[in-house]
Amino acid sequence: MSTTPVLALRGVSKRFGAVQALTDVDLEVHAGEVVALVGDNGAGKSTLVKAIAGVGPADAGELLWQGVPARVGRPHDAQDLGIATVYQDLALCDNLDVVGNLFLGRELKRSGVLDEVEMERRSRELLATLSIRIPSVRIPVASLSGGQRQTVAIARSMLGEPRLVILDEPTAALGVEQTAQVLDLVERLRERGLAVVLISHNMADVKAVADQVAVLRLGRNNGVFDVATTSQEEVIAAITGATDNAVTRRRARSTEPKTEAPQ
Amino acid sequence: MTTDLSRTPGDAPDASSGPTPPATPPPATDPRLLVRSDGLAGYWSDFLRRMRSGELGSVPVVLGLAVIWVVFWLLEPSFLSAQNVSNLSVYIVGTGLIAVGIVFVLLLGEIDLSVGSVSGLAGAVFAVLAVNEGITEWLALLVALLTGALAGAVHGFFFARVGVPAFVVTLAGLLFWNGLMLQVLSSDGTVNLDKDGLVGSMTSHFFTDVAAAYGLALLAVLGYFAAQWSEHRRRVGVGVPARPLSEIAVRTGALALAAFLLAYTLNQYKGLPLALVIFLAVLVVFDFVVRRTTWGRRVFALGGNTEAARRAGINVTAVRISVFSLAGTMAAFGGLLIASRIAAADQGAGSGVLLMEAIAAAVIGGTSLFGGRGTVWSALLGMLVIGSISNGLALLGSPSHLQYMITGGVLLAAVVIDSVSRRTQRSAGRT
Ligand SMILES: Nc1ncnc2c1ncn2[C@@H]1O[C@H](COP(=O)(O)OP(=O)(O)OP(=O)(O)O)[C@@H](O)[C@H]1O
Ligand SMILES: [Mg+2]
Repeated sequence: MSTTPVLALRGVSKRFGAVQALTDVDLEVHAGEVVALVGDNGAGKSTLVKAIAGVGPADAGELLWQGVPARVGRPHDAQDLGIATVYQDLALCDNLDVVGNLFLGRELKRSGVLDEVEMERRSRELLATLSIRIPSVRIPVASLSGGQRQTVAIARSMLGEPRLVILDEPTAALGVEQTAQVLDLVERLRERGLAVVLISHNMADVKAVADQVAVLRLGRNNGVFDVATTSQEEVIAAITGATDNAVTRRRARSTEPKTEAPQ
Repeated sequence: MTTDLSRTPGDAPDASSGPTPPATPPPATDPRLLVRSDGLAGYWSDFLRRMRSGELGSVPVVLGLAVIWVVFWLLEPSFLSAQNVSNLSVYIVGTGLIAVGIVFVLLLGEIDLSVGSVSGLAGAVFAVLAVNEGITEWLALLVALLTGALAGAVHGFFFARVGVPAFVVTLAGLLFWNGLMLQVLSSDGTVNLDKDGLVGSMTSHFFTDVAAAYGLALLAVLGYFAAQWSEHRRRVGVGVPARPLSEIAVRTGALALAAFLLAYTLNQYKGLPLALVIFLAVLVVFDFVVRRTTWGRRVFALGGNTEAARRAGINVTAVRISVFSLAGTMAAFGGLLIASRIAAADQGAGSGVLLMEAIAAAVIGGTSLFGGRGTVWSALLGMLVIGSISNGLALLGSPSHLQYMITGGVLLAAVVIDSVSRRTQRSAGRT
């Protein structure tokens, strides 16, 4: 693509003690584009998300925000750039109510005092536009179901007028109806010109909403695919590393299908 | 929602088949939503729901307090005499102020074991500066409070920045500040305070004019009603659920009853104690701070989920240091009121049961040991329980070991209630 990506990562590496979680990872996300980030368990997806969001900064590598190098050392830096993140391990405070969680870290004030009324009004409005149903915006988040908590976490990321939304397995805990709603939401974000990074293990979801699929394998890039022109098998092969397999390479080269070698 | 299974969804309602309703569209709101019906019935059912799901709040302590008062009153009618109520209201202030600081530390989910020593140190610093060195009392008071703030900030630094558990840091503080107090007092041993000086009068001054107590009661009731009323108006104005007027009326009525009864009782003796005014003012201010400011919200967030707070961009270190510093300041303030009550700073100040009483007060009053749940008012409620027990037993002529055992039992009961209600909340919350 010719336009400057909203977010570009170059050579990001991150190490946890003996584990090299990320090695030289590149990623590009454009405005109005949904990039699915896929990979096996432990591939480093969440680690990459935390590096972008400033929660666990990378050891090496570069982050370009709209083409300009930016430093994201704290969660605040990412928020200031316009990056909103929904974490896999939900970052909600169980003791605060829904309103308190939605506005945590960016509370509305009225002459220096928390404006609970306005925050409550906006929360109800936001939840209504996202068709999120919860018993009350004034009960502690601890008393919501897993899926309801997830929808609150997603709604939270929509509040600050972000440019880039990162969703780390947002549908993992959701029912059929709620999953459909989240996917609709992702499409609406793209229509509004936002950039979206969607992490999911569900290939059907990825196929339904993503434009590009970036594959991570053992902490390294393992290909970026265009969803429209790539088959699901190719993506899965990249995830599992089957593309490195001599048999599959040979099969890809040969035109006529042969009987497979015993595995 | 009930679905008519005999029709397929696509069926058009048949005009000839009579008044069968058209297929009901899914309701706009979930039928399970917690919609509170209007009026007192709604308030009552909401109250029951909260009790069942473990959100007990101040209910156990208020019930316990009522039982304690009735029992002591039956055993010794002078327990509720004007003089005794007045004494009790002055007695609870010193430790109560320390407990206010403890509430904030507990909201973080941490503990501060040094507050007793810090309170003793502040009393000693004030006494030596004001009495021995002859420095203006205002200045000495300020230095004493700053000493507490600094001591707390040191604890906060080691806890939040260096990562030493708060338990250990403040245990070290307990010893260190106690030693420093002994050094400050070394040459003099005990320093007597001027009863009519700035700090001395904090507990000895009474507003003898009956208008003072009644006026304060009236101010509290009007202020409470005005705040509730304006919030109600604003909520109705923008269309979010508001407290029903009947509930506001009941709450205001209950407050008015308590406030004027207390004012009447105090006026039967020496009038309104300045110490009580100080305590109530501190409670009102910090209640506002904790519920209505960003900082208060951050303290709660840290107590609920530190990682979530960090990811939300909150400066965890700064909030932690400020909370410990506040606890130190309140400990110093409480220490000054205790010194004022006994009109002296001595070497035993800040030791003994003071620390335990301050922590117990916060917990008994309903602030959770597990962080993230509680109110500033628990310092008052808890101190009323502890103060009533020790005062009542003293009136009955019981030895102090009995008082320790009973207070210990009450603390255990409070912690059990805290733990059980937390568990109930967890199971009710399915987390
Ligand atoms: N805080 C940590 N300390 C040590 N190692 C970590 C830490 N976080 C992640 N790792 C390691 O980094 C690697 C990548 O983990 P990550 O959570 O990014 O995987 P993931 O792709 O998100 O997996 P999943 O699909 O299961 O969520 C794993 O090997 C994991 O053990
Ligand atoms: Mg993950």
